[in-house]
Amino acid sequence: MHVTSPAPTDPVPPQLSAGPRPAAGPAADEGLARRLRALACTAPIHDLDARKANLAGEYSVYGMAEVALAAIDLVTLNMDFDTGADHEQIVARLVPRVAAQAPGRPAPEHERVARWVLENLINVGSADRGFRAVYGTFATDGTYVRRDYDFKLIEEVPGYGGLVYLRTTDEAVNVLVGALDTDVTSAQIAAEVKLDVLISRGRLADAQLAAEQARYRTVQYSESLRRALEATRRNVRAVDWLKAVPDMIAEALEHVADRYRHENAILTNIRKARDESEDPEQKRRAAELVDIVKDCIRRHTQLQSRLLEAGPLFRAEQDRQAFATPMRTSGTDLYGHLVAPVLPLPLEQAIRVTDAFFAHGTGLRTPVSVRVGDLVDLLLTPPVEREHLGAEMPEPDLIATPDDSRFSEEQLAAATQLLDLPADAPRRLSGLLAEARRTDPDLPYLVALLAVHAASPPVGTAYRQGEEKLLFAVDDGTELDDPEFGGADLVVGTALLDAAGMAAARTEVT
Amino acid sequence: MTEHVDPSEPETAAPASAAVTPADTADAARLVAFGLQPKLQPARDQEYADLLRRYREDPPFARLVDAVATGLGLIVLEVSPRAGMAVTAAEDSVFAVRMGDYARRTAADSGDRFLHGLAHLAVAALAFPRPEDLADDGYIGRVTVNGVDAFVRQACRRLEERAEHQGENTDPVSDAPGLEAAWRIWARRTATGATKDARRLAGSTTGIVGKAVAFLTDSGFLQRTGDDSGGTYRTTARYQLQVRDMAASAAMTELLDLGVVPVTDGTATLLPAEDTDDLELVADAGLPFHS
Repeated sequence: MHVTSPAPTDPVPPQLSAGPRPAAGPAADEGLARRLRALACTAPIHDLDARKANLAGEYSVYGMAEVALAAIDLVTLNMDFDTGADHEQIVARLVPRVAAQAPGRPAPEHERVARWVLENLINVGSADRGFRAVYGTFATDGTYVRRDYDFKLIEEVPGYGGLVYLRTTDEAVNVLVGALDTDVTSAQIAAEVKLDVLISRGRLADAQLAAEQARYRTVQYSESLRRALEATRRNVRAVDWLKAVPDMIAEALEHVADRYRHENAILTNIRKARDESEDPEQKRRAAELVDIVKDCIRRHTQLQSRLLEAGPLFRAEQDRQAFATPMRTSGTDLYGHLVAPVLPLPLEQAIRVTDAFFAHGTGLRTPVSVRVGDLVDLLLTPPVEREHLGAEMPEPDLIATPDDSRFSEEQLAAATQLLDLPADAPRRLSGLLAEARRTDPDLPYLVALLAVHAASPPVGTAYRQGEEKLLFAVDDGTELDDPEFGGADLVVGTALLDAAGMAAARTEVT
Repeated sequence: MTEHVDPSEPETAAPASAAVTPADTADAARLVAFGLQPKLQPARDQEYADLLRRYREDPPFARLVDAVATGLGLIVLEVSPRAGMAVTAAEDSVFAVRMGDYARRTAADSGDRFLHGLAHLAVAALAFPRPEDLADDGYIGRVTVNGVDAFVRQACRRLEERAEHQGENTDPVSDAPGLEAAWRIWARRTATGATKDARRLAGSTTGIVGKAVAFLTDSGFLQRTGDDSGGTYRTTARYQLQVRDMAASAAMTELLDLGVVPVTDGTATLLPAEDTDDLELVADAGLPFHS
């Protein structure tokens, strides 16, 4: 490898396990390096408590490590299928914990602390927005080599509409959330079986823990699938669409269906536990569990819709990529010939290739020539005052659209008035039509239309909008005797709805 | 080439052969001038289209145009109705783009310099993912800013996994930044970052890719088609020519000078490896690109 720098001549810094022999061998050192790296991941958390004293203000009452771990948990739980956790939302959810640590302090300070912790976990100040730890290992030839370990705890990823979302990195999840580097599927099954058992025994505290673990795994599973699907989108031939991917999709769909069934069963169980429990603490726990499981179900639904999109996506890409006529000349394979060989090179070599590509791949720029006369004018011109309200909007050129409605506003008003029946006096459609015909020959059509609509009244909408009454129509089998219309002579009436919206009570009109 | 044209002053060039008049030279220079406005579409300008036709139908005029371009320090890539007068800057020409002017920080920081170069390479690689795409004149590539970043990150991740698999310690040696593996520089730079004024963080990888595509758009190489995924772009004929005829070969030469010989048989290398175990849903399994 590229370990060519000479071993430092200064004495080796004291190691915790310093003995007569520095290391048992490369294998032991490898394990040591791994532990050192794991330890390094916790350093930013300790660092927060160490540095809080330097902040302007008396912040020592806050347990920064606790806030930091809570923040990492929150981000992990709120990582969505497509994006990540929202920065503001995480701050908002952190604030209650911060506030609980120092209830006497003003609310803006709580928010400032929450923001400070989150920004430090991202390490906003550095160019990489990450952390670096230096550790030393013995190389195979016995030389002592210092190495840089770069890692991130919370990273910022681009989301829809140019927004920035937060995601916890694998390092953070592995070291700080818990050892999750287990097989996703089996771990998920295990967690849910455990959850089931715990709920049936009424041990909700443990059940909640298990449910949260299950959700971590669900998130992880979605994340893996998201990346795999993205890969198929990129290049059809890069993935085995004959067998592997269809199998994978089928497997994932089965998984979703399975989990969905399972979680619905759990949900029913917990709801029962919630409703039957006497203990308010039990009740609260169960209610929280319901939320968690609901969230799991939501994530599975999301996953499923993604899976269903995969097939059409493949066919479209297949048409584009595979059915094109083969080319006679083969061009340069930019990825295979350039990107892939360049990435593993050491920086000082790789830069020569990228520089060459840049120099020849950017095209041309016409050089700007400056005249001193222009320059003087330019420098003396006062800066343009930026209009606070922006540029003036041009007067929109409006064209009146012709009114092509079948019925006029007046007709609608007349029909509505006609159908504004008292709740205890429903009427036959035939009578209404006859009355409408007396005022306006066109009106019966509108009345008939409204009456037919009322045969299937929008009860749900009316209920949601808290309306007080609702027009309805019922067919009692009587034939309509009318010169213009045929069909059933509907009984049209008004149902009064409970104004409070608690129940839709029908008056006994039929 | 039989005519001799003084390229630095094309307008006053003395006719070396009887066929060339000052008016012809002026027309030739005019066509080159059109070529220097890369965003100008031949279809939108009658005079441009007329001159292009003359170039194709009148060989002495074509030679005159080539000579004017060469004298100005330009290389003619193609002259056609679709690409227009596609010229690019020769090395050391006044028209050439220099990295130091492109991004100031690159002068001091070799890591940044590499990131900006790699961003351009990655945009091209994603715009023309298969060799056929680069060779096919009718192909229009589509890239998004976030897509380019994700593509490079996945490639980096593969290298990381491979190194891990082989039990290598890829953590770079301290105080020897030049020896750090190139992929690590991209991998450890943040993908994006919140800024106070809601703009893209310039130093993040999406910021760097965003700068690259914006620059290429100004060069008439890309056209912006939307705002999704950090900005979506499609390629123009000029970009394909530039990458195919200039950039790819220059970078390849440099790579060969380093003693790295990528062995391929002319088919796409974005194919799965022999073991398709890669499709197993290991966390972080991403683009199944193989080198």
